[in-house]
Amino acid sequence: MRVALFITCLADTLFPEVGKATVTLLERLGHQVDFPAEQACCGQMHVNTGYQPEAMPMIRRYVETFEPHEVIVAPSGSCVGSIAHQHAMVARRQGDEELARRADAVAARTYELSQLLTDVLGVEDVGAHYPHRVAYHPTCHSLRLLRVGDRPLRLLRSVSGIELVPLPDAETCCGFGGTFAVKNSDTSTAMLADKMRNVMATGAEVCTAGDSSCLMHIGGGLSRLRTGIKTVHLAEILASTA
Amino acid sequence: MTTFLGLPTAPRGVGHLRETEPFPVAARRALADTQLRRNLGKATSTIRAKRAAVVAELPDWEELRAAGQAIKARTMANLDGYLEELEANVTARGGTVHWARDAIEANQIITGLIQAAGATEAVKVKSIVTDEIGLNDALAGAGITAHETDLAELIVQLGHDRPSHILVPAIHRNRAEIRDIFLREMGDVDPGLTDEPAALAEAARLHLRRQFLTAKVGISGANFGVAETGTLCVVESEGNGRMCLTLPQTLITVMGIEKVIPSWADLGVFLQLLPRSSTGERMNPYTSMWTGVTPGDGPQDFHLVLLDNGRTAALADPVGREALHCIRCSACLNVCPVYERTGGHAYGSVYPGPIGAVLSPQLTGVEDNASLPYASSLCGACYDVCPVKINIPSLLVHLRARHVEEARHGRALPTPEAITMAAASWVLSSPARLSAAQRAGRAGRLLSRNGRIGTLPPPLAGWTRARDAPAPPRQSFRQWWQQGRPE
Repeated sequence: MRVALFITCLADTLFPEVGKATVTLLERLGHQVDFPAEQACCGQMHVNTGYQPEAMPMIRRYVETFEPHEVIVAPSGSCVGSIAHQHAMVARRQGDEELARRADAVAARTYELSQLLTDVLGVEDVGAHYPHRVAYHPTCHSLRLLRVGDRPLRLLRSVSGIELVPLPDAETCCGFGGTFAVKNSDTSTAMLADKMRNVMATGAEVCTAGDSSCLMHIGGGLSRLRTGIKTVHLAEILASTA
Repeated sequence: MTTFLGLPTAPRGVGHLRETEPFPVAARRALADTQLRRNLGKATSTIRAKRAAVVAELPDWEELRAAGQAIKARTMANLDGYLEELEANVTARGGTVHWARDAIEANQIITGLIQAAGATEAVKVKSIVTDEIGLNDALAGAGITAHETDLAELIVQLGHDRPSHILVPAIHRNRAEIRDIFLREMGDVDPGLTDEPAALAEAARLHLRRQFLTAKVGISGANFGVAETGTLCVVESEGNGRMCLTLPQTLITVMGIEKVIPSWADLGVFLQLLPRSSTGERMNPYTSMWTGVTPGDGPQDFHLVLLDNGRTAALADPVGREALHCIRCSACLNVCPVYERTGGHAYGSVYPGPIGAVLSPQLTGVEDNASLPYASSLCGACYDVCPVKINIPSLLVHLRARHVEEARHGRALPTPEAITMAAASWVLSSPARLSAAQRAGRAGRLLSRNGRIGTLPPPLAGWTRARDAPAPPRQSFRQWWQQGRPE
């Protein structure tokens, strides 16, 4: 299958290894990855901060870039959540019904990585090997906007060598929330502290999730406290082999 | 040509709907309160678990939620008609209906009614709406003493405090603190009072008994007002409500106009949704319903005060009006990771937590509660538990957009944030500009040590106060791809 990769501006700029892992994984499974060079950002930060007119050029670019592609994947529940739940809504609110209709159509073909693997490509065992103790944090938007459910866990359970440990209060937000982490940094930090306490209680070496943004937040805290626990994107674990 | 200035919002200077300081400032203080953090963490996790257990028992919970949502949407679409139907039926059964545009009018009406009854005291059922309009303060100004009879409201009143939760107004207090408040403020209390819950409840019961038996006027809110019969409904746990609703000669009920429901059949849906969502009980202990006046039984003088106070303004927003569907169960507060850590006082308004963050700014106008729509990480836990499926995260996003739009029109110069967001839009909407920014951003590597940045300048300084930031990589993903994927 040909799959177009929406890398997301965050992974593109700060976490290119997540994109490389996604490419490695999909090619290992026998699929062809396209990277449409005209892509940029989904606009979620602008929408969630109240700047909808400013988000419109990003929404239009996403729709125009990916309209020719049949299947689109992004290694982020949050960006796919925004594409699925916000693009058409914002376009309508800004009075562009035609863009809204096109956005709906493209959003219907845009998948978060674990959705693509399990629902579209029909695999759970991707042939990965990852001999580490891992705690999985289900990110809010993958869980409650996209309803990925246990798809990431099913993929992780099929990884050889992995020791998957349950994370207490796993479904509680880590406190990132985009600009929330800056505007309400004290509350965000209090939420992060509880998330880190739970991650540390598992004795995990690695905390994983399907979103680079949440991992940047959790990882930023774990690094600041020199816990020695690292954050690794789900795609990187699934791309690892013996 | 006339300019439409919008519908009136809740007036300033009366009641408790507005933040007195921005949420981040109030939250910072609350987060440092160890006792508060512990009390809240314990209380919310207990209620969360109870709610989850009783909701899981019902095979048709999702259908009930959908029914609740549909009934509320239908009611809001025909609110004027249902309110007039309610008025006609209350009046036909011997009650008197008053229409209050706002808090000031409502307080005047209620004060006048109590004075007309020749009373200087009134007993109150727990009601948020009377706190919204600042009724106790208004009555005190007219020489009338309002006695709170709900245990938690009594604790708040005796402690000269503010409610911090919709259902459990004293959730921020633990039993040792409550014992201290009772000993200090109750007057007629046994000095040997312990902090056993049963002993505290008994002390309150003895304290309140005299008031129940002597009060000439009772004041209540309403959970529901049934249009087709003119029946009012209050659900509660302690029995104090039943006392206030049946013993006094005069009963005054204050009801927000959004609490009307069309029919008894609709009430059946909400009486299933509400207790499980709020207290985590299958059924609440006391459900009181009354219709007008019954000669020789209960209050012989019944008044219903229908309150707007910004609700019509909220109704005028086709997206925001969904906040008026709220049945005040407080499930969203109990699951909210922000509320659990900051408590209710940080929100300023009597309506705290996620629902408060979307309701209060609409009642007052967004500019008067401008920080509340941002007091959420948009995690979505509130939407999942809402018994009438209010999409609170979407409403928060909508109100943020309204706030930015209104601020834009009201200012000659853009805010620093608006300038930053416009610049970010320019960069993030073009692959060439994003690519250039990535190359420029690589200079950030100079700030890093071991791949991590410990200090960033404003506006990102808040991030690095508690978290490292990742150093930019040598190469962005798109560059790696364009170079033919080296390695």
